[in-house]
Amino acid sequence: MEVSALITAPVNPNIPEIVPGDTVRVSAKVVEGTRERIQVFEGVVIKVRKGTINGNFTVRRIASHGVGVERTFFFRSPRVDRVDVVRHGVVRRAKLYYLRDLTGKAARLRERRLPPKAAPAAVSQ
Amino acid sequence: MNGLLGKKLGMSQYFAADGRMYAVTVVEAGPCIVTQVKTEEKDGYRAVQVGFAIAKKLSNAEKGHLGFGGLKRTRKRENAQGGSKSSPLGLLKHLKEFALAEEETPAVGEVLTVQVFSEGQKVDIEGLSKGKGFAGGIKLHHFHGGPKSHGQSDRHRAPGSIGSGTTPGRVLKGLRMAAHMGHDKVTAKNLEVLHVEPERNLLFIKGSVPGPANGLVVVKQSRG
Repeated sequence: MEVSALITAPVNPNIPEIVPGDTVRVSAKVVEGTRERIQVFEGVVIKVRKGTINGNFTVRRIASHGVGVERTFFFRSPRVDRVDVVRHGVVRRAKLYYLRDLTGKAARLRERRLPPKAAPAAVSQ
Repeated sequence: MNGLLGKKLGMSQYFAADGRMYAVTVVEAGPCIVTQVKTEEKDGYRAVQVGFAIAKKLSNAEKGHLGFGGLKRTRKRENAQGGSKSSPLGLLKHLKEFALAEEETPAVGEVLTVQVFSEGQKVDIEGLSKGKGFAGGIKLHHFHGGPKSHGQSDRHRAPGSIGSGTTPGRVLKGLRMAAHMGHDKVTAKNLEVLHVEPERNLLFIKGSVPGPANGLVVVKQSRG
């Protein structure tokens, strides 16, 4: 018997659909001492792993002094308060590990402009 | 009542109440049926014997113990029907005794479920570890082995010297050597119960538990 099938964990409803290359603002709950507060982490999604319980995505941002920081969040984690997609980037691969070797201007992604909402519906008809 | 028999189902991941993800072992514990109560007067100690899982076949002695009666008369009928005279306990595959606290007085036939455990509780889990076969010194005792290069041949995983020469002229007792590994009774202590699911008799245990998937385990309350 597949053990994972015995465990139910609903996808966190606060997380929208995310694709690699998106710039997202993740509000995660962190516990400091006895208080719980919300910490915002904004950066580029460099990796999305699908899956049942283990599905996760990794966000990379450049912190102070040019130090790259990556944080991974689970899609089913109850500690993610909300996720906003700030912009979509143009990318040609699923895992953007090459961004780790790039700094400054070279590490930018061109923005992908989404077509207006009505357009996809017109195509399908 | 401080324990249950169960089946290790395997490992997965689980989001606990604190929102963190933990590696968990899912154990199907119970339901266990009380088959015998040992008393101070009769047996010299207090304990409860419980049974777990349904067997296809049991010996006549085991059946008699579980209350299946009239063996001689029913043998013929048993063969014909593939069953036997009924007993409220059923054909229980595994039996195990647990110590009883002073105030506890269980009755034969009583059913113990996973609800004897609660979330956050510490438990000890006993299982039969996976057999590794006849293992060499490196795997069994973490020997370092011989050099991988510098003209060495056949010495890469050898144990090295096993003693002196003429004095003492023998190999000392207890010297670690290659031997059978695994298939031992192993107890993992102070494991945390992260979640209890009475509907499906499941315990979610933080961390790993000895033995293979589908192996029999004994879940006991930790003595702390």
